[in-house]
Amino acid sequence: MKDKLEALKEEALVAVQTASEPKQLQDVKVKYLGKKGPITEVLRGMGKLSAEERPVIGQLANDVREAIQSAITEKVEALEKKKIEERLASEAVDVTLPGRMVQQGNHHPLTAVIEEIEDLFIGMGFSIAEGPEVEKDYYNFEALNLPKDHPARDMQDSFYITEDILLRTHTSPVQARTMEKHHGQGPVKIICPGKVYRRDTDDATHSHQFMQIEGLYVDKNVRLSDLKGTLTVFAKKMFGEDRQIRLRPSFFPFTEPSVEMDISCFRCGGEGCSVCKGTGWIEILGSGMIHPNVLRMSGFDPEVYTGFAFGMGPERIAMLKYGIDDIRQFYTNDQRFLEQFKRA
Amino acid sequence: MYVSYNWLNEYVDLTGVTPQELAEKITKAGIEVEHVTFLGEGIRDVVVGYVESCDRHPNADKLNVCQVNIGAEENVQIICGAPNVAAGQKVVVAKVGAVLPGNFKIKKAKLRGEVSQGMICSLQELGIEDKFVPKEFAHGIYVLEEEAEVGADALPYLNLNDYVLELDILPNSAHCLNMIGVAYEVASILDRDICLPKPELHESRVEAASKVSIEVADQDKVPFYGARIVEGIKVGPSPRWLQQRLMAAGVRPISNIVDISNFVMLEYGQPLHTFDFDAFGSDRVLVRQAEEGEKLTTLDDTERTLTSEDLVITNGEKAVAIAGVMGGADSEVSDTTQTVLLESAIFDSLSIRRTSTRLGLRTDASSRYEKGIDRNRAADAAARAAELMEQLAGATVLKGIVHEGAVEVPPSTIDMPWQKINHVLGTQLLEEEILSVFRRLRFGAKIEGDTLHVAVPTRRPDVTIPEDLVEEVGRTYGYDHVPATLPEGSSTTGQLTDYQLKRRKVQRLMEGAGLYQTVTYSLTTEEKAHLISSIDEQKHTPVRLAMPMSEERAVLRVGLIPELLEVVRYHLNRQMPNIKVFEMGRVFHADEETLTDLPEEKEHLVGALTGTREDSGWYSKQQAIDFFTVKGIIERLFDAFDLTERVSYEAADREGMHPGRTANVLLDHVVVGFLGQIHPTLQNELDLKETYVFELDIETILNAENEALSYTLLPRYPAMTRDIALVVDEAITSGQLVQVIKSTGAPLLKEVKLFDIYRGESLGEGKKSMAYALKYLDPEKTLTDKEVEKVHQKVLEACETQLGAVLRG
Repeated sequence: MKDKLEALKEEALVAVQTASEPKQLQDVKVKYLGKKGPITEVLRGMGKLSAEERPVIGQLANDVREAIQSAITEKVEALEKKKIEERLASEAVDVTLPGRMVQQGNHHPLTAVIEEIEDLFIGMGFSIAEGPEVEKDYYNFEALNLPKDHPARDMQDSFYITEDILLRTHTSPVQARTMEKHHGQGPVKIICPGKVYRRDTDDATHSHQFMQIEGLYVDKNVRLSDLKGTLTVFAKKMFGEDRQIRLRPSFFPFTEPSVEMDISCFRCGGEGCSVCKGTGWIEILGSGMIHPNVLRMSGFDPEVYTGFAFGMGPERIAMLKYGIDDIRQFYTNDQRFLEQFKRA
Repeated sequence: MYVSYNWLNEYVDLTGVTPQELAEKITKAGIEVEHVTFLGEGIRDVVVGYVESCDRHPNADKLNVCQVNIGAEENVQIICGAPNVAAGQKVVVAKVGAVLPGNFKIKKAKLRGEVSQGMICSLQELGIEDKFVPKEFAHGIYVLEEEAEVGADALPYLNLNDYVLELDILPNSAHCLNMIGVAYEVASILDRDICLPKPELHESRVEAASKVSIEVADQDKVPFYGARIVEGIKVGPSPRWLQQRLMAAGVRPISNIVDISNFVMLEYGQPLHTFDFDAFGSDRVLVRQAEEGEKLTTLDDTERTLTSEDLVITNGEKAVAIAGVMGGADSEVSDTTQTVLLESAIFDSLSIRRTSTRLGLRTDASSRYEKGIDRNRAADAAARAAELMEQLAGATVLKGIVHEGAVEVPPSTIDMPWQKINHVLGTQLLEEEILSVFRRLRFGAKIEGDTLHVAVPTRRPDVTIPEDLVEEVGRTYGYDHVPATLPEGSSTTGQLTDYQLKRRKVQRLMEGAGLYQTVTYSLTTEEKAHLISSIDEQKHTPVRLAMPMSEERAVLRVGLIPELLEVVRYHLNRQMPNIKVFEMGRVFHADEETLTDLPEEKEHLVGALTGTREDSGWYSKQQAIDFFTVKGIIERLFDAFDLTERVSYEAADREGMHPGRTANVLLDHVVVGFLGQIHPTLQNELDLKETYVFELDIETILNAENEALSYTLLPRYPAMTRDIALVVDEAITSGQLVQVIKSTGAPLLKEVKLFDIYRGESLGEGKKSMAYALKYLDPEKTLTDKEVEKVHQKVLEACETQLGAVLRG
């Protein structure tokens, strides 16, 4: 009896090992461990055994049963694992194939420059003011200390629509309009971005339409040194922490004193290169202390209030920053051009 | 303004300051020096030669064989073709080995059998532009003065050892439109002395006043009019030094009389005019307004018709010159002129500006008058010119200057609290420092108590208010010394307005939808303005420029689509077929024929798309852009601003658009935009492929009031979804069905979603099946099948009765 059980065990374990399908294992289980199986039969015949033999054979039969059972369980797990591995192997992809790109457009480089400048000054407490692109002669010129027949009007050739209405030649009329709205009460702290138009023939460095971004700060005790400090912050944030600035006297009808701001060249650091034309300095913007006539005409008392204003061209800044050689690129909108400013 | 370094050196000692250093200092003081040019650039080994002999070339009619002494042991033989070469001349010789402008190297040569060891030069060969060459040397070699030292470097004799600084003169720096003005500026910058010319005349005993009388009709327009009479003039070429001064200043030498008045204008800034007194026609000068329609032929032989706004010089009867602009042809100085009336006057800037602008006639004189000249220099300038005429044209100057108006007026004064200078600049200058600035500027200044008194010389008409003095101090003291501070005023919060924030969001949304942002021109053609109807079809009148530069840029756009179509075409022409672009920009609309007020300006959002939705991929077939691609973008936009429920679409027929594939976009039942395909005919005309566009009045959309954003409780009970497929006539739109479904299904019905459209023979001709998923939800409790079924049945019935729908079996 004992030998018979041992033989059964050997036989069943071989059957388990050779099984390659879960179905075969099921068959093995039914065949050896089922109610009509040989082990059950052995246990049924136990009555015929002596009292000494009975526990020994009983124990052995149970051991054989468990051994077969655990072999089956193990094999089932192994088969399942193998199956999963096979499936996963069949699911493998070529990870070097290109991804399913979600197409993303891009902002125009001028938008990038303008938003960067806007955000910078918002951080310094400025708001963004806007105004009409078709403007009254009064706001575009007269309120800015440029009366009719003033020779300085020659500096900006304009597109007139009627004698009193024209395409604005700068965003300064927004300053005049905003100051007027403040009814002589400061502070006024604004940035005015927008399109402007001048009678120029389009070429690599001229455009009849371009962008401007101007700033204005009117309050009690605003000084030229504040302008210098504010512009220094701007220059460092915009062009790099190690930028130096210098102010040069200049002329604008709406400011007195008027200054131009140069920054130390961000390409060569001031040693002289093609970007700065060998001078080490790059002209970035025009600015100055607001002319008392401008303050007065916009309802501010120049004895009480002073202020500064500055203005610059986003095209010029973008051209300098990114090395663009032709201003017309901004208005041609070639996608191969636009794509290059994703990072901007 | 071209400033010769050598010339300037006559007024201010420039020792130790190189032209480049000077340029940098002038620029830093506020007048930008745009270029510094060395006149002898590219010239090497050019010397003074003496033509010992000059004989006809044996084998060539037009060539001469010259033996030239160039200070070497032996004379050199030079073959020269110039018609004016002659023995006994001092000439400019480029020796063998010399270099002339344009890297032209002189080598030993043989010309028709004769050796030539160098070249005798013309001014053109020395790099001087034709237009500046005095006419007596225009067609030959240049002849130097007899005193020139043989063998010496020729450049100094030609003033080619000079540097020219090109100053960019802005309207406030007109005082530097003359050499004396520049000298004052440089003397201040360098803090050096200034040495001005002092004219010395040898007047005859005859009084000028006995020959001519002056009458000025309006003293306000002509504060000063002076005239000198100069007799016995011998018109001829000017001496070399005068020619060279003019050439360096960019003025062509003509003849001594013309050159002298140009020279004095450059030196003093005072425009002068010389009349041939014998041709003047009277002994009376009357300065008055022109008569309406009065005619005068000016020096340029053009007949000008004048108006009563113009100032004219007359001989009492008729106009002989347009004051401050240009003289008349009849009294022009010629080679035979013997007596001149030399005019030196001050005219009203505005009047001169108006006349020269109206006539389109900008002259050196008019531009100086326009910008303002020194009121007190007129008489001196006349004396200086008369002096030179004595010296250079053998003339006799009659006694005195006949004039109307005071020769000299006192300087204007400005009083201000001296501390204001520090307050505006943010500096801490002391009284002495401020006074020292005015001393350098040669302004009279003193401080009494808190007050600074400044006497502004008449040469600086640009300085009129205290702020101008602040600037003078700032620029002289140097802005480098101004500290950098941050404003100490009240603090303000800087932030974008609601609209500005939303605008940025729209841009990001468009970029996220795969569209590239463009910026196009606002000025366009009349034709393009009418290509596509504007959003509000009533508002279609473009604003036209009074004087466009070209028809290409003549009117302001009423919509942006034509500009974007241009961008699309640009890319198609360059083999880029898949283009998706958007722009946000203003459009302009005039509601009157001639504008009396500003036109309406609105910001629009416009897009144009063509080609396929995604670039080609290995994973899927390309899908062509269609109406629904564009509609999807718009829906996404409205969804982002929570306006979806207030927006509707209706089929529309619009100019330039496909009649079956165009929809108006309505917000709260008002048209705020449209979308669709460009009309195929127009597509063909513009060489476009199938192109879809949209244009939205984004200003109205973003300004639409919306409820404050607040959180809605998440549903605690499950929703139930029921599908429904309805067979309807083709004419029934999805919009109609959804409308009926929604209104009947409320309040339990929360969502309706179309998931299939089917057309087939089984449905019959002209029918379609529309399948919707309907989502029901009760926030208060779990819905039962029975409850849903009841509502669902009602929805079906409503569709049947109202739209003739049949449940698809």
